[in-house]
Amino acid sequence: MKEALKQIEQNAVAELERCGDLKELENLRVRFLGKKGELTAILKQMGQLSPEERPVVGQLANEVRADIEAELEKRIGELKRAEEEARIKAERIDVTMPGKAVKLGQKHPLTKVLDEIKEIFLGMGFSVAEGPEVEYDYYNFEALNIPKNHPARDTQDTFYINDNIVLRTQTSPVQVRTMEKQKPPIRVISPGRVYRSDAVDATHSPLFHQIEGLVVDKGITMADLKGTLEVFVKKLYGEEAQVRFRPHHFPFTEPSAELDFMCFACHGEGCRLCKGEGWIEILGCGMVHPKVLRECGIDPEVYSGFAFGMGLERIVMRRYNIDDLRLFYENDLRFLSQF
Amino acid sequence: MNLSMKWLSDFVDVNCPIREYAEAMTMSGSKVEGYETEGSEISNVVVGRVLSVEKHPDADKLVVCQIDIGQGDPIQIVTGASNVTPGALVPCALDNSTLPGGKKIRKGKLRGVESNGMMCSISELGLTLNDFPYAITDGIMIIEEDCKPGDDIRDALGLNDTSVEFEITSNRPDCLSVIGLARETAATFHTPLKLHEPVVKGCGGDIHELLSVRVENPALCLRYAAKVVKNVKIGPSPRWMRERLRASGVRPINNLVDITNYVMLEYGQPMHAFDLKYVEDSQIVVRNARAGESIVTLEGVEHQLSEEMLVICDSKKPAAVAGVMGGEYSGIMDDTTTVVFESACFNGASVRTTAKKLGLRTESSARFEKGLDPANCLPALQRACELVELLGAGEVVDGVIDVDHSPAPKAPLYLDCDWINRFLGISLSKEQMISILESLDFRVENDWITAPGFRVDIEEKADIAEEIARIYGYDKIPSSVMVGEAKASLTEKQRFERKISDIVLGAGCYEVMTYSFISPKFYDKINLLPDSPLRRSVVISNPLGEDTSIMRTTVLPSMLDVLARNYNNRNSAAWLYEIGNEYIPKGENELPDENPQLVIGMYGNDADFYTLKGIVKAVLEGANVQKWDIAPETENPTFHPGRCAVIFKDGKELAILGEIHPSVLNSYGISTKTYIARMDMQAMMAAQAPEKQYRPLPKYPATTRDLSLVCDDELPIIEIEKAIRAAVNASVLEDVKLFDVYQGAQIEAGKKSVSYSVVLRAMDRTLTDEEADNAVRKILKALEKIGVVLRS
Repeated sequence: MKEALKQIEQNAVAELERCGDLKELENLRVRFLGKKGELTAILKQMGQLSPEERPVVGQLANEVRADIEAELEKRIGELKRAEEEARIKAERIDVTMPGKAVKLGQKHPLTKVLDEIKEIFLGMGFSVAEGPEVEYDYYNFEALNIPKNHPARDTQDTFYINDNIVLRTQTSPVQVRTMEKQKPPIRVISPGRVYRSDAVDATHSPLFHQIEGLVVDKGITMADLKGTLEVFVKKLYGEEAQVRFRPHHFPFTEPSAELDFMCFACHGEGCRLCKGEGWIEILGCGMVHPKVLRECGIDPEVYSGFAFGMGLERIVMRRYNIDDLRLFYENDLRFLSQF
Repeated sequence: MNLSMKWLSDFVDVNCPIREYAEAMTMSGSKVEGYETEGSEISNVVVGRVLSVEKHPDADKLVVCQIDIGQGDPIQIVTGASNVTPGALVPCALDNSTLPGGKKIRKGKLRGVESNGMMCSISELGLTLNDFPYAITDGIMIIEEDCKPGDDIRDALGLNDTSVEFEITSNRPDCLSVIGLARETAATFHTPLKLHEPVVKGCGGDIHELLSVRVENPALCLRYAAKVVKNVKIGPSPRWMRERLRASGVRPINNLVDITNYVMLEYGQPMHAFDLKYVEDSQIVVRNARAGESIVTLEGVEHQLSEEMLVICDSKKPAAVAGVMGGEYSGIMDDTTTVVFESACFNGASVRTTAKKLGLRTESSARFEKGLDPANCLPALQRACELVELLGAGEVVDGVIDVDHSPAPKAPLYLDCDWINRFLGISLSKEQMISILESLDFRVENDWITAPGFRVDIEEKADIAEEIARIYGYDKIPSSVMVGEAKASLTEKQRFERKISDIVLGAGCYEVMTYSFISPKFYDKINLLPDSPLRRSVVISNPLGEDTSIMRTTVLPSMLDVLARNYNNRNSAAWLYEIGNEYIPKGENELPDENPQLVIGMYGNDADFYTLKGIVKAVLEGANVQKWDIAPETENPTFHPGRCAVIFKDGKELAILGEIHPSVLNSYGISTKTYIARMDMQAMMAAQAPEKQYRPLPKYPATTRDLSLVCDDELPIIEIEKAIRAAVNASVLEDVKLFDVYQGAQIEAGKKSVSYSVVLRAMDRTLTDEEADNAVRKILKALEKIGVVLRS
């Protein structure tokens, strides 16, 4: 019997090794280990054995069963792995085929950069203020120390609705309205559409965007103006950006300045990009004129402040090397999809 | 303002390279736009003396010249010019020389004869007859200057001045002059300013016997001063004057005209010269023009005058428009013998309005309109007379007419050093401040500052702070970080706009930006009815053109315009959006309402009405607008009457969406189906549900029943859903989902099959089948009432 058991084990192992199919394996399991299998058939003959032999053969039979089961498990594992490998191999796809399109729109390049600028100023504690585009002459000019007969008021520059109402030529009226409504401390930027009577060409548009800013508080100094705007320019153009403040004149600030940054292309040597000047103007700024503060009911003996303003289109044109301002308002998708 | 550096050196020494000069001036407030050295394009051109002129052996029209160029052997040059004679001094461009315009000269052969350069005409040197009146235009320039062979032509002809172009801000009319810029230069470089007191010898006589002046409107004519010059000899002015005028961008004309221009440039004081013989009754009257008067100005154009304009007249007629331009007969002619020099100060605003109205903006008006100093009238007048004597251009009659209505000087300002230091964030001593102010001709006595009269811009202590800051140097002011309170956040409206924008972007739409002004014709293009209230717009009184003449009352034409442009540019699909204002007029002197609208426009990429509606629904969801209603809209003429809907909540319209009417598409030249939605941002914001609240997740399973129904084709789907929702207690009706709409073979004509999944669930228990069946029965009963039955 021992011989027979060993023979079964040998046969089983040989068959299992030969077998290459999960179904066939199951058949083998039934043939060797099933209720009507070969091993069971042998065990049924156990009664014929002497009591001494029975435990010995019984133990041997159990070992044989365990061996066959282990071999079976091993083969099942092997075959499953092989099967899985074959399936994975068959499932190969061309990953370089295009993906299924998820359509996402994009913001207009002007909005994109404006959002960036807003974030910078929000981070420095500025709120974003808005106001009407069709505006009283008073807010657009008078309150900003631009009386009648000032050159900036030429009909060449301003669109008039009537004698008292204009299309705002700057977003400064929003600052005046802010000062009227809100007592200092004030920190706001006012971005928005402004209108000037300029015919459309590659660098002019009768409608464009400005971002102006205003700070009013006790003890605000020109050093604060410099510090704040330097941080802004470095955040917008990178830490390596170099700036200079150059005296200028605006009716609503005193002292006034223009902020230039050093031309990236020539590092101040002068080139075509910067028209030989080495510097490129980015914004106008200055300490709020005492007359403007007084006009808004703020005592310039107690408070001081600074203001600044910049044109969004020019900043965006420089950022992306856009050479024609008209593209912004033509809204051709071939343009819009580039940003 | 173009400044001649040679001229500047009369008043201040500049000892640094031009680039450094420009940089320093820019940083102290006089911005340099650029500079140009005359003759910088000319190289290797020298003075030559013609030794001999012989006929060319093979060409009738050429001659062969031997020329002494001051060194080595004479050189041979062939020329076609006929005015060259032995002994003449001529400009010689040698081999490898350059001329203005980048022209290069090399030696070569002309008809077989060697030519080692070129003799030049004045135009080849970039000059005109105004620069050298003795030259001719069609021939070689024969030099009459004091020079010798071999001299660099730039030195010989004085082409070595540097002209610096300044951008002068409107508050500094005093810097529109050589002296003004010299003062700024002296202050910037801390060097002395050398001013010169004009001296006039005079020839006796008395001006009052020759001329009288009456000023009728002293408010507009603050000062009127005049001198008379007799025995005038008109001729060209000397070379140095012509050179300086040229470097300043002014064309030399004749000695008297040149003197007025020279003084204007030097002193910043516009001058005018009259021929006394045309001054009727020898009387000058400064008055307002009379109704109906006109004047023919120097350029020969007749201008109608109006009563607010100030004119310089004789006893009868206007002879000049004050501060703007002289009249035709008042100028200097070749036969002029006696001249009146006018040096006056007119009201800036008045000059500006007049110049603008007449369309005559001159060097003179540009200076007056910014405000000049009446105290400058007399020195400038003296300087003009001094120059007359210097040039031998006439004899100056003794005496001066001076009608002076100058306003009282402005009150002094207190020098508040502490305030200025605090304001600027610096710490200068009082002495440093006084030194800066004095370098700009301010007078400081016992801490009280008197600004010079020409500084029309100085009004209060902030102005003083600016003077100190710019001369001290903006770059020396430290940079600091602001301290103090800051409360920054976006407003609710701004956050709402961002949120909405993000949703539409996520749906695949690109943002566009359009002009807020449109043409009134655009209302016709979108089929707006003739009596539509939207046709009443805010109108621009001085538009650039019709296309940008009114503020839009609807964003639809702007979006259609952009869609049309993309369509014409063959973009196969365009999904776009904008958040733009509509401007709805109110009362005459009231500002219009500016209402922001979300407008979504699309064609292509399988877009249809339901694509658009899907985006609209997403926007409403994102805006947290709940329980809105939708209804077909058949009356809006811009949209397809069968494919348009309005969305409203509590009776208020939130949005309109639909397919654009074919006739509108036609007028925009779009031949593909196009869809637009316009959603009112303010109305959506107002309709937002309160902040969302958490609901516990369901613990019990849902029961789903599918219903296949049949109804009339005409019945709007939304009616079925409404009926289902009304029939069952909302606490157990979780969802009603439409999953199929079918018309065709198995369905009777004029009917449609509609299939819904109805999801039922209770929060506190598992619904029994009985309860679910009961609910379905109620639903079917309710549907029957509107003609919807279970499909058999």
